[in-house]
Amino acid sequence: MVADTSSTKNISVTLRVWRQNGPSVEGKFVDYKATDLNPNMSFLEMLDVVNDEIERKGEEPIAFAHDCREGICGTCSLVIDGKPHGPHEGVASCQTYVRSFKDGDVIVVEPYRAKPFPVQKDLITDRAAFDQIQQAGGFVSVRTGSACDANAIPIPKEDADLAMDAAACIGCGACVAACKNASAMLFVGAKVSQYALLPQGQPERDKRVLNMVAKMDELGFGNCTNQYECSAACPKTISHDFIARMNSDYLKASFRSAFTAKSSV
Amino acid sequence: MAQLNSAIPPGPLADKWNTHKANLKLVNPVNKRKYKVIVVGAGLAGASVAATMAELGYKVDCVVFHDSPRRAHSIAAQGGINAAKNYQNDGDCVYRLFYDTVKGGDYRSREANVHRLAEVSVNIIDQCVAQGVPFAREYGGLLDNCSFGGAQVSRTFYVRGQTGQQLLLGAYSALSKMIGSGGVVMHNNCEMLELVLVDGQAKGIVVRDLISGEVTRHAGDAVVLATGGYGNVFHLSTYARNSNGTAAWRAYKKGACFANPCYTQIHPTCIPVSGDYQSKLTLMSESLRNDGRIWVPKKAEDCGKDPSTILEEDRDYYLERIYPSFGNLAPRDVSSRAAKRMCDEGRGVGPTKLGVYLDCGDAINRLGADKVRARYGNLFDIYKEITDESAYETPMRIFPAVHYTMGGLWVDYNLMSNIPGLFVLGEANFSDHGANRLGASALMQGLADGYFVVPYTIANYLATQKPGSAPSADDAVFKEAAAKVDETTQRLLNTKGKETGSYFHKRLGKIMWDHCGLARTKEGLEEALKIIPELREEFWANVHVSGSADSLNQALEKAGRVADFLELGELMCRDALTREESCGSHFREEYQYPDGECKRDDENYAHVAAWEYQGEGNTPKRNVEDLTYETVKMSVRSYK
Repeated sequence: MVADTSSTKNISVTLRVWRQNGPSVEGKFVDYKATDLNPNMSFLEMLDVVNDEIERKGEEPIAFAHDCREGICGTCSLVIDGKPHGPHEGVASCQTYVRSFKDGDVIVVEPYRAKPFPVQKDLITDRAAFDQIQQAGGFVSVRTGSACDANAIPIPKEDADLAMDAAACIGCGACVAACKNASAMLFVGAKVSQYALLPQGQPERDKRVLNMVAKMDELGFGNCTNQYECSAACPKTISHDFIARMNSDYLKASFRSAFTAKSSV
Repeated sequence: MAQLNSAIPPGPLADKWNTHKANLKLVNPVNKRKYKVIVVGAGLAGASVAATMAELGYKVDCVVFHDSPRRAHSIAAQGGINAAKNYQNDGDCVYRLFYDTVKGGDYRSREANVHRLAEVSVNIIDQCVAQGVPFAREYGGLLDNCSFGGAQVSRTFYVRGQTGQQLLLGAYSALSKMIGSGGVVMHNNCEMLELVLVDGQAKGIVVRDLISGEVTRHAGDAVVLATGGYGNVFHLSTYARNSNGTAAWRAYKKGACFANPCYTQIHPTCIPVSGDYQSKLTLMSESLRNDGRIWVPKKAEDCGKDPSTILEEDRDYYLERIYPSFGNLAPRDVSSRAAKRMCDEGRGVGPTKLGVYLDCGDAINRLGADKVRARYGNLFDIYKEITDESAYETPMRIFPAVHYTMGGLWVDYNLMSNIPGLFVLGEANFSDHGANRLGASALMQGLADGYFVVPYTIANYLATQKPGSAPSADDAVFKEAAAKVDETTQRLLNTKGKETGSYFHKRLGKIMWDHCGLARTKEGLEEALKIIPELREEFWANVHVSGSADSLNQALEKAGRVADFLELGELMCRDALTREESCGSHFREEYQYPDGECKRDDENYAHVAAWEYQGEGNTPKRNVEDLTYETVKMSVRSYK
């Protein structure tokens, strides 16, 4: 394939990258020059190019998590100049482009800094805690093959749309990284709200929110600061309103659980 | 020699699946927990089969190379999922979905499998809605539909432009429930590097933990591969960067036949390449073709102009012109080739002249920008991020890119490969899409296989195995397989050459795109078959992999996958060379009608080519499964 030759000028930057060889060793910042960058290059493609040079020198490339490179898998997780996913609102690290930076910039690239997400190597953190929260209640119990016809229960379009706004979460963990309490309440609030807004989510509504919140607390995520750094950092701009919905559900469920039949607990 | 028994049940097409289900062997509920099934991959097919098997009471081990099952590349599917619900009352039915899919595949798929797919499509939507998948709805609260290429009815269910994400998260939620309850033991960050056979049957795998580097052995009663497609052999594609063909390839080298490897889908609507540094291509969903019109300037001299200055009469809406009944909704292979022809004629647009316009201007005028934003806003946003251009103001530029592989491991009607106990699902198998896949059919197939096919058919195999008879992972054959993994790893680390895995991947990708891409010729394929082995030799002499085996090492992962692509690419070219006809996505320039359409040769090539490994350095054997059409009459596929 032949490449576009963009008319805009190429730039050069310095990348100040966190290097850490494993979870239990100390890390440090190392500077790398990235030169002659096409502004249409993505941030991760820039790291590919830098890595290529590092590898050719016989050194170990910078480890960073990435996969789909179109902002939907939630794998990429860079903190760029102090912001999870970088300078722009509503985009993931992989959708950040070199054109967002100026010639001569020094760009600081770090992993998420949150206790429940320990660093595995360089810029890669372990986010298994999110899976554990999901396993605690982030589902509707419906055995394969037991469902009724898809149109049997009409759902108001407004409810389905709002449920989708919540369901758009990509599970990247930027909300946790952005919060000074490392709170996961935007992630959990979005999942709880998606199901609470749909008729299919009602039977397990109370149990779900109680169990997911308990698991979140157990795993060391902090409480909400009400400053909404989470929403600001979210690549899918998930609204912090979903945290309020979860709190409301949690309160109601806590009261109701006192009157739940012992055999159903 | 491999035995290819398709195991298609007897009886009329529409009754086959029901009759077959009634005749399949069962495993009694108490015995189910005595069987362990190993599932590799956790995309739509893998997650759905793992969850369903665990619900049924089997022990399930699920292995995935991602850090979480929610990251599988099914998540990136934008457009939708087909189902023969006929909610629009526009004349759809199971037969029509079946027929469209068989025709869309250019009569190179297996009729009985496709009919079953159409039958269970309706159950999938029910299941997903019950899981809380927030499908698009009408104001009355009922499900909304749109149209996709190759169909004249509205049967596609969608969730904004994120259908794959929501269906995957549905399957992930079912899987999460079963992990939480102990039904599934999940192994994240683990890449399958060997398949283990015991007495000729698939009984386990060897994996490398991508975080610790530890190599572990896993034994069970059956192995299910749901490891996706191999389109990354082209380097540039719409696949996720880590998608690879390794698991399927290692199974092939253990005797599983690889069917129709040359059938590769090149999707017509992707954002064009912008530079040498580029790591991947991004799709603009086919759903845009519901409202977008595709055109190039009539005159080559207009190609450099601002498109808004090109008058209506100077535009060539070539799909509407050539294919008036399907227009912009012509199937993917047809649309991609038409785009290439326009560019070959010198009428391509954009800096490289390898692009055509996808213009939503008419829709914006007709519906207003807000309505268009509501339908496609996220796609317009993606386009803007990548190109820095607003598709609300100027037409998008698009060009075909590698998107899906219809080929894959050979399976019978039960989705079992020619290795007993090895089941292959989703994109990793070959059976349902023939030589071309229609839009919104991949999600349908992944979930059909995982929720509604394999949970029945695998019991038929397990019932022949004594409960509790699974081998031990400490058996010699497992240790030998693990030693083989270590040996390959050491070979990669010890070559200590000068070039990176990426360097070889890019070079292979270029060979594949030039010789085994949108158009193929005898000469080109013969050339590729000469230079790929040379490149492979160069790789093993000059690859450099830094780091160690016993830690997180992305360079090592990459090099291992590229090593397999260097072999798989050769097989794809060999398959393309020996299929001396054009069909669906496989376009041999020698075999075309004067108007440039595919010229099939049903007399000699109405068959599946299932390649069988013959050992290193030997030419693989081309086995054949004849495709017999009992119901559909094979005809020239026309969308005019």
